[in-house]
Amino acid sequence: MEMQDTDVVLLWGSNAREAHPIFFHHVLKAVNAGAQLYVVDPRRTTSAQWADAWLGLHVGTDVALANAMAREIIHAGLCNRDFIERATSGFDEFAEAVEPYTLQYGERVTGVPADVIAEVAHAYARADRAQLCWTLGITEHHNAVDNVLALINLALLCGHVGRYGSGLNPLRGQNNVQGGGDMGAIPNRLPGFQDMETNEEACERFEAAWGTPIVRRHGWHMTQMLEAIDRGDLTALYVLGENPAQSDADSTHVGHLLESLDHLVVQDIFRTRTAEYADVVLPASASWCESEGTVTSSERRVQRVRAALAPPGQARDDLEIMYDLARRLGHEWPHSSSEDVWNELRSLAPNHAGMSYARLEELGGIQWPCFSEDTLEPTWLHGRLWAEPFEGPPAPFNAVEHDPPVDEVNDDFPLLLTTGRRLDSFNTGVQTGGYRSPLRRPEQLELSIDDAERLGVADGERVRVSSRRGSITAPVRVERALRAGLAFMTLHFPDEVQTNLLTINATDPKSGTAEFKATAIRVEPLSETAEETVEAAEPLAALGD
Amino acid sequence: MSRARQVAPPREVEITLNGEAVSATEGETILQVAKREGIEIPTLCWAKTLTPVNACRVCVVEVEGSRVLPPACARKVEDGMEVQTHSERVRHSRKMVLEFLASSVDVSTTPDVSRWIDEYDAAPQRYGPPAPAFTAGERDRLRAGHHVAPDGRHAATVKQPPKIDNDLYVRDYAKCILCYKCVQGCGTEWQNTFAIAVAGRGFDARIATEFASPLPDSACVYCGNCIAVCPTGALMFKSEFDRRQAGTWDEDRQQVTTTICTYCGVGCNLELHEQDNEIVKVTSPLDHPVTRGNLCVKGRFGFQFVQNRARPGEREGDAPPPPHAADGTGASGNGASGNGSGGHGPRGGGPPT
Repeated sequence: MEMQDTDVVLLWGSNAREAHPIFFHHVLKAVNAGAQLYVVDPRRTTSAQWADAWLGLHVGTDVALANAMAREIIHAGLCNRDFIERATSGFDEFAEAVEPYTLQYGERVTGVPADVIAEVAHAYARADRAQLCWTLGITEHHNAVDNVLALINLALLCGHVGRYGSGLNPLRGQNNVQGGGDMGAIPNRLPGFQDMETNEEACERFEAAWGTPIVRRHGWHMTQMLEAIDRGDLTALYVLGENPAQSDADSTHVGHLLESLDHLVVQDIFRTRTAEYADVVLPASASWCESEGTVTSSERRVQRVRAALAPPGQARDDLEIMYDLARRLGHEWPHSSSEDVWNELRSLAPNHAGMSYARLEELGGIQWPCFSEDTLEPTWLHGRLWAEPFEGPPAPFNAVEHDPPVDEVNDDFPLLLTTGRRLDSFNTGVQTGGYRSPLRRPEQLELSIDDAERLGVADGERVRVSSRRGSITAPVRVERALRAGLAFMTLHFPDEVQTNLLTINATDPKSGTAEFKATAIRVEPLSETAEETVEAAEPLAALGD
Repeated sequence: MSRARQVAPPREVEITLNGEAVSATEGETILQVAKREGIEIPTLCWAKTLTPVNACRVCVVEVEGSRVLPPACARKVEDGMEVQTHSERVRHSRKMVLEFLASSVDVSTTPDVSRWIDEYDAAPQRYGPPAPAFTAGERDRLRAGHHVAPDGRHAATVKQPPKIDNDLYVRDYAKCILCYKCVQGCGTEWQNTFAIAVAGRGFDARIATEFASPLPDSACVYCGNCIAVCPTGALMFKSEFDRRQAGTWDEDRQQVTTTICTYCGVGCNLELHEQDNEIVKVTSPLDHPVTRGNLCVKGRFGFQFVQNRARPGEREGDAPPPPHAADGTGASGNGASGNGSGGHGPRGGGPPT
């Protein structure tokens, strides 16, 4: 929460005003106190309306923009030479790699005027404190990791990391994305974010505590699991609190994969669409209000969740379900409370060691790392990069190249569809569908004024939207925030409009995230013979079940 | 380059509070010091999370050498300051403020007011029987410069029917004391949405959306941050309003549990007000650094999905999901109708309660 003490905020691929509204309060505190805000987003979002400048880049040109900014910073002599020399490696190769990314090249590729790229580059580089924040606009691309590396390069170039008020902030989309990763829900990590392939000491610590060998192997992430199902290498799946049948790209394909499993267990608070494919459904309690535990926020703040309600019917706490499951599998785990489980975690994960329940309560949450019960570390990470004398490995520059979205725009699919969220709804709408929001409107295909005019369609008119993978119909909304060539949809109402029938399953090789942000589409007005069109669409409709 | 952050360490000052020597820190308000010393000064328009606007005047105190009575919530202590928090002049002023407010506004849901009325011997009834209530929308049409002077036999009133134009908020301006807190919370202090402002002049002043339009036609984003700071219950969650109307709102039966919002990674603390195993209201702690009492529409109102329970015990049951068409052509469900779009079995599909 150092945001309000910063001087320049770069919000990149994030519409925080709607997706992270309370974080945006902190940004607005800074803006109202004189900080500069720049928003990088293909859409002129409600966040961009607060910006000193909106950088309306073409979808998927983030690396080109970041590299052009980096080159400008280097050429203008604005990079932080002292920091680069003391704390980083690979600068020369990086500088060479970005050399072709002139402002003019940047303008040509990204669509952002050269002088605006230069303005933002200078403002970011000259700032005493600067924050670079991003969300899914960066990570829902086939080159997600490259995108993130390009932003990290900028921060290293200017020394905007490891200091109060300066840093890199991926804004998480759910209350425990950070915590899930921290607790080992990542293919190569043990709880405490300890690497099971390289951290031998940690593996041994867990083996001693659990009395079972730790397999030192990089597991599969979600996308790889789907591929493994496809190959027949994965035949049973246990899904907890996830709705891949609707949330993953190319839903038709995912449906086939789930159907082909030998055994599918779904543990959820709802009978989700994924649960409809399941052999066993385990009704669970809602973790944030029917169960005890902790979650970890974007700023690495571990906080307590507490039970306010008794779960309905036979729904049970996740922990209880897992105890029973372990027992049926022949493991008599000692029955423990959420606090006992947490204390075990603290004994095995040094970066959480100091976070007793009592202390979390007293301090309103604690940001990791927290090594002991009588210390608190600085609220920012990577302070070691500034420490005297310098210790540990230098932070590496990673030169990355522009690589356009996989789904190519051409004459058959002339528009680029990007997806995102709206203020009052959340992901596939399973939770937010439960309350009556006066802001809610049905799913619509948002089109620019130009494209709507060219297609001869008006607000509310139904159109057929087709990509290389599927075809759906949706009403049109003419949206001033979009430029010609760009279309927008959400994924909030999959029961009405299955946006993810259109999206592409082109994933980043490292993160496994699909390119939800870039789908080439064709839009056709529905003629008077709409009846026929509905019939033609029915085979597709059936696939959803 | 950096915006000025060089702040000198605050100095200690000595003041006299009701005749007693008291140490305080430069920058503190009289209200803060009095609170620490165990002296109660009533407040209405003050809030921990907002800049004082000095609107209600109920916290005024007497400061030696000051011609007027300054508000304790805003006036900062100075070395050598002599303050009287309950002098005759102060008590008289507070009594007048309480009488004016209580004779013209429904303060029945304003905490502490009836106690203060007794404490300060206020007699709101002495201004006569209340004038006739306004009809719905009548006060919104009042124009500055066209005020009709009261007849003197009745107590002027802001009484009017509550505005109920959406499923989340009720605006009952018969209870509004014009403290401005909602305008601040909606504006630059926190939300920066600017859906509401003060319209009109003098006694005709009121809180209004642009052109007094219904909330769904206004800029409102339903964060509820105005309700969170409203001191009188003029702004109320519909869940609370409906239960109060039905006589089932019972704070003695409510438990407040602090947990974390599930809708993004910011980590907003939620205070779930639970009554009979139902969440009836959601607030956020004013002193938590993440929210400072603020939330967004999802955090404030998005809880309903855990309690859309058709019948107890049915959640794991096999009620089929509502009919749908994958491509939307056959779906009659319209997101604007609220509950319809989230149908996923009993938990999501039950009727709203």
